[in-house]
Amino acid sequence: MKPTNTIDPTHFHKVVDCQYACPAHTPVPEYIRLIMARRYTDSYMVNWEANVFPGILGRVCDRPCEPACRRQRVEEKPVAICRLKRVAADNKGDIQDRLPKIPTKKNGKRIALLGAGPASLTVARDLMPLGYETTLFERDEMAGGMMRSQIPSFRLPEEVINSEVDIVLNMGVEPRFGKEITSLKAILDEDFDAVFVGTGAPNGRPLDLPGLKEAGDHVKIGINWLASVTFEHIDEAPKRVVVLGGGNTAMDCTRTALRLGATDVKAIVRSSYDEMKSSPWEREDAVAEEISIIPNHTPLSYVVENDKFIGVEFDRVETHWDKGKRRLVSTGEKPVLVECDLVLVAVGQDVSLPWIERDVGIQFDDWDMAVVNRDTFQSTNEKVFFGGDVAFGPENIIMAVAHGHQAAASIHRYLTDGRDVNDVPIGDYTLTSQKMGIHEWSYQTAISDEKRNVVPIINLEEALEDITAEVELGFDEKLALSEAARCLSCDVQTVFAEDLCIECVACEDICPMDCINFVLNGDEDDLRSRLIVPADESERDLYVSGQLKSHKVMVKDEDVCLHCGLCAERCPTGAWDMQKFLFHADRAT
Amino acid sequence: MSFLKSKFHHPRLARNELGLTHRDYEGSLSTLCAGCGHDAVGAALVQAVFELSIPAHKIAKLSGIGCSSKAPTYFLDQSHGFNTVHGRMPSVASGASMANRSLKYIGMSGDGDTASIGLGQFAHVVRRRLDMTYIVANNGVYGLTKGQMAATAERGSTTKKDNKVLWPDIDLVTMALELGATFVARSFSGDKEQMVPLLKAAICHEGFAFIDIISPCVTFNNHATSTRSYDYVRDHIQEGLIADFVPVTSEITTSYDEGESNDICLHDGSVIRLHKGSNGFDARDRLSSLDAIHKHRENGEILTGLLYCDPTYRDMHDILNTTETPLNSLNENELCPGARTLNGINNAFR
Repeated sequence: MKPTNTIDPTHFHKVVDCQYACPAHTPVPEYIRLIMARRYTDSYMVNWEANVFPGILGRVCDRPCEPACRRQRVEEKPVAICRLKRVAADNKGDIQDRLPKIPTKKNGKRIALLGAGPASLTVARDLMPLGYETTLFERDEMAGGMMRSQIPSFRLPEEVINSEVDIVLNMGVEPRFGKEITSLKAILDEDFDAVFVGTGAPNGRPLDLPGLKEAGDHVKIGINWLASVTFEHIDEAPKRVVVLGGGNTAMDCTRTALRLGATDVKAIVRSSYDEMKSSPWEREDAVAEEISIIPNHTPLSYVVENDKFIGVEFDRVETHWDKGKRRLVSTGEKPVLVECDLVLVAVGQDVSLPWIERDVGIQFDDWDMAVVNRDTFQSTNEKVFFGGDVAFGPENIIMAVAHGHQAAASIHRYLTDGRDVNDVPIGDYTLTSQKMGIHEWSYQTAISDEKRNVVPIINLEEALEDITAEVELGFDEKLALSEAARCLSCDVQTVFAEDLCIECVACEDICPMDCINFVLNGDEDDLRSRLIVPADESERDLYVSGQLKSHKVMVKDEDVCLHCGLCAERCPTGAWDMQKFLFHADRAT
Repeated sequence: MSFLKSKFHHPRLARNELGLTHRDYEGSLSTLCAGCGHDAVGAALVQAVFELSIPAHKIAKLSGIGCSSKAPTYFLDQSHGFNTVHGRMPSVASGASMANRSLKYIGMSGDGDTASIGLGQFAHVVRRRLDMTYIVANNGVYGLTKGQMAATAERGSTTKKDNKVLWPDIDLVTMALELGATFVARSFSGDKEQMVPLLKAAICHEGFAFIDIISPCVTFNNHATSTRSYDYVRDHIQEGLIADFVPVTSEITTSYDEGESNDICLHDGSVIRLHKGSNGFDARDRLSSLDAIHKHRENGEILTGLLYCDPTYRDMHDILNTTETPLNSLNENELCPGARTLNGINNAFR
């Protein structure tokens, strides 16, 4: 193999599994280390720079970082990254003077932001400090988008949304709230320099089965029902509620119904329990509240007899796999009738763009989605950019934030003379030695043996009494510090300088995870098979040095490195050094 | 402070016949200098014992005084251990072996402990062919007392402080050969691929197995004018016979053309398979080995690998006809033959 190119940030960035998995590339180990130092405000700001909504995401993020966490490959469970983010938010001090200054003299460029959800707010957050003027269009009376309308307040309190949304609005965004957006042309006619479309995927998918019309008000779309609860148009639920669907919205529907007076709530799912779309923890939280989840049932019809709504009929199915494709096959048993008073349909959401005229230069694909460049987020009308769920279909908040950052950077390049919108940089990094002295490093090198800490919750009775009572209490300081100490500091890289190595192989001997190997070079498959612990199956990259004096090379399998620093500690010549790699994703500057 | 080694280990770490990983054979974290060759010797020993699937409590590790003799703390922490007096490890090992033949004895010594203060003891333990593995971690310098040259340092080389070595060195390998060791090898701490099979063979060999391992001292003897530095040794090494160790339990599958390979069968049924030897000596012929060692030395080369092995000689226990049973397991009847037998013995002297 050729020596690993460490000038390019890719290799080291991939070693920081959590940050690499985060769409917004939040420097996770960096903010966890600040929590360990009890520097909560600093930790919050590291988060805020990257993901704009640390308090919100610290509660409801989809946390792609956690399945990626190395701790899970070494021990059992990942670090509770998401809940540590909440710790930073809960304990932060005043951040007013740390926020970017908004220039009073504007740069003369005006941007329209459509839909006041996480994507548009992120664009505003990135462009306002650069002197842009932004106008935010939103059909609801308040900003926040799906974060406000679709996530129940017992998971995400309103004050948390308000405080983080207001930080952006207070930068001087001009609000145009409370009016449905009906025409893109009308907005383009206002002579904005660029338009960002961040209208999400606001249409709940209906489930058109026999009996739908007759069932009338007994069948409702889940997200619309949740929004009505948020805006207090609905404040009670009937006794028996069936939720169709197995995603996170379905779980939110069940738990909300329980708090509005329902006593018998079922989530009925087509797939098996394990294949449900919801995040495992959201499923577990629902089950903890005694929601029954019934898998392997496909709805057949809404049953209405003598003008009276009875319930939903289901066919029992089994999951079969055909060449990686899932098929649900009827078991042939008699259909099951589940009686209920209300059906909430939560089987997906769609993007809907009837308000974009087809003659404004925006091309649409076969699925009626706007054609959007994946790197620049620009549509075929060069003035119009897309981001969030509306761009490529429903994802999640952190993805919308990532889109917002990248779209803002593209808009800024587009509106800056002499810059090419398509010239997307991969980001920047710093690499800093952490050596403080003999046996001393400026990060926690000792590896904690603690198991993952559980977030304390309020008791069920209290939770069901008040729909605004937040179920999770968050980590207290003691739990937070213990959880933070579980982080392996994967951002502190093992950097190898082959010209200093004398091949005493002390590092190979000391490495607790047998990551380091001194072997004769070969092609990648060959090398992987000859390591102390062969890495044929591993998806992680190898770190390969140039040729050493004995004609061998150093090969490090990055897979389960603990970043404990013992290789550097045992190295007599300083060929190994522990260096902090801070990656900065591309931002509008 | 990163002087704690995590107990976490690689999830796919290999396990031996006892279901243990090599991590189960480790000792406490080394306090030797970073990069010390002795740590690599310890790691090779851990690997060898792990691969042989020997339960750690069936091993006794003994040492004298010096950096090398601190080293047993850093491997096999579930084994028996005795850190003895300077140069007196062979006596304690002899006594221990007399009392209990069922353990494997590993002596870890250094150039000072063996070639200076302990030379007399060394000569006699070799001569008696005690059933043990005797390792000298040879760095040519007294590291623990800050860098005086040892008796194994070559004449003409200089200390870190630029003092010339005035006297010719003692070569422990030729000495062991002359005195009757039945397994003699030389290796280099920077070459684990060579060390591990040699150590495995030495441990399985019944009789006195001697391995001289050049183990550079990074702190006091790794400078440009040293002949025991990592760079010098790497540049001057000549690997003689490449030895594979084939344990009793595994089938011999690799084959070499005639003339290329040569098997030595040990007492326990395991095999040392020698091959690719281009240096033209026969590891079963003492004179041939001595000749090869001297010739390479004259050329300024260090001959490494298995130098001599003859498993047919009897060891000390065979010669003394000692009991197989450890003394602590003998009962009163076996230990005390009774008045009649005693009378018979006494009468024989009248």
